[in-house]
Amino acid sequence: MTKPRTSRTSGRLPAAAAQRAVVDHSFVPVRAKLIEVAAFLDRVERYDAAGDFRCVALRQAAKILIDGKPARARRILEELSDPTTKPDAITSGKAALGAWQKSSSPKRAK
Amino acid sequence: MRYIEPHGHMVSRTTDDYQAMVTAGCVAVCEPAFWAGFDRSSVDGFRDYFRQITEYEPARAAKFLLPHFAWLCINPKEAEDLALAADVLAMIPEFLTKPNVLGIGEIGLNRNTRNEIKVFEQHVDLAVKYNQLILVHTPHLEDKLKGTRLIVDLLRSHPGVKPERVIIDHVEEHTVNLVLDRGFWAGITLYPDSKSSPPRAVDMLETSGHDRIWLNSACDWGVSDPLAVPKTAFEMRRRGHSAAYVDQVLYQNPVRFLSQCPKFRLGD
Repeated sequence: MTKPRTSRTSGRLPAAAAQRAVVDHSFVPVRAKLIEVAAFLDRVERYDAAGDFRCVALRQAAKILIDGKPARARRILEELSDPTTKPDAITSGKAALGAWQKSSSPKRAK
Repeated sequence: MRYIEPHGHMVSRTTDDYQAMVTAGCVAVCEPAFWAGFDRSSVDGFRDYFRQITEYEPARAAKFLLPHFAWLCINPKEAEDLALAADVLAMIPEFLTKPNVLGIGEIGLNRNTRNEIKVFEQHVDLAVKYNQLILVHTPHLEDKLKGTRLIVDLLRSHPGVKPERVIIDHVEEHTVNLVLDRGFWAGITLYPDSKSSPPRAVDMLETSGHDRIWLNSACDWGVSDPLAVPKTAFEMRRRGHSAAYVDQVLYQNPVRFLSQCPKFRLGD
């Protein structure tokens, strides 16, 4: 049985006075992260590594940032996720890489 | 402020971290069994580890007046060795009667393989057989969405599993509703570079509800912050959430879930 849960707008939501505070508190740190993304993309081009599948995936996912639609964090996570549904027959190593590579999946279970 | 650290790998931390956590308001810490950073070579390695988190670590925490609880399993990162997993699973019942053991965890998937699923199902069977709470690890990064779907489907198809006695940890924006909508508890892990940041965690609380969610730092030997939970309280307060709201998420929620195990008791 599915359990009920609190309203998605429950808790004490920010008051009108807090609207500006949300921006004030986060803008500079987020600005810094955006510049880090830009610098990373410049860097991998300088090092001729922009074709790495992870960099390709990052550029693709970044398009979501400015598409004007909500749930950007969820959709970027989905964009970077393995879309398959079957368990893998064998492991490809202990560590995930951060982006899914289609060509790395010959091990899919039938 | 009071809070519970419901998922901390304290064997990886210094005593300074215990001191800092207690100073910040931590009133209990729970330690799931996890990967040591290398594969253990035999069941005896696990026996020593289980002794560490059921005997030694509670004594170390007690020096700081901090109740310490533990969860037992073989971590999915070591689940490819089915023979070793079978040996560890056979040993776990010896430790289930330890006074600080709350259940089976953190079980789950790492790379979403067939062998990991076999061992996960064996752990679930064990938990059901011994009426234990279940703490589930979900995979990292690109593997999380697929792994969480597999885990949720496996748990929902098991006739002995009660969703309200299972917490599925390390949820992010793309998995939190998948977990909550199926009746499970969800854990948000606060990491500096992966999983969730404090602002994102509060976003999820605001958009997905907060009555079946706990927050944890999962502080281990990697890049992690044992004070991530109280730092998230600051993020909540800065957005205008009340002290009662913070207390519910960081203290009352973990107490409500963990109290389903009668061994979870806090002192005055």
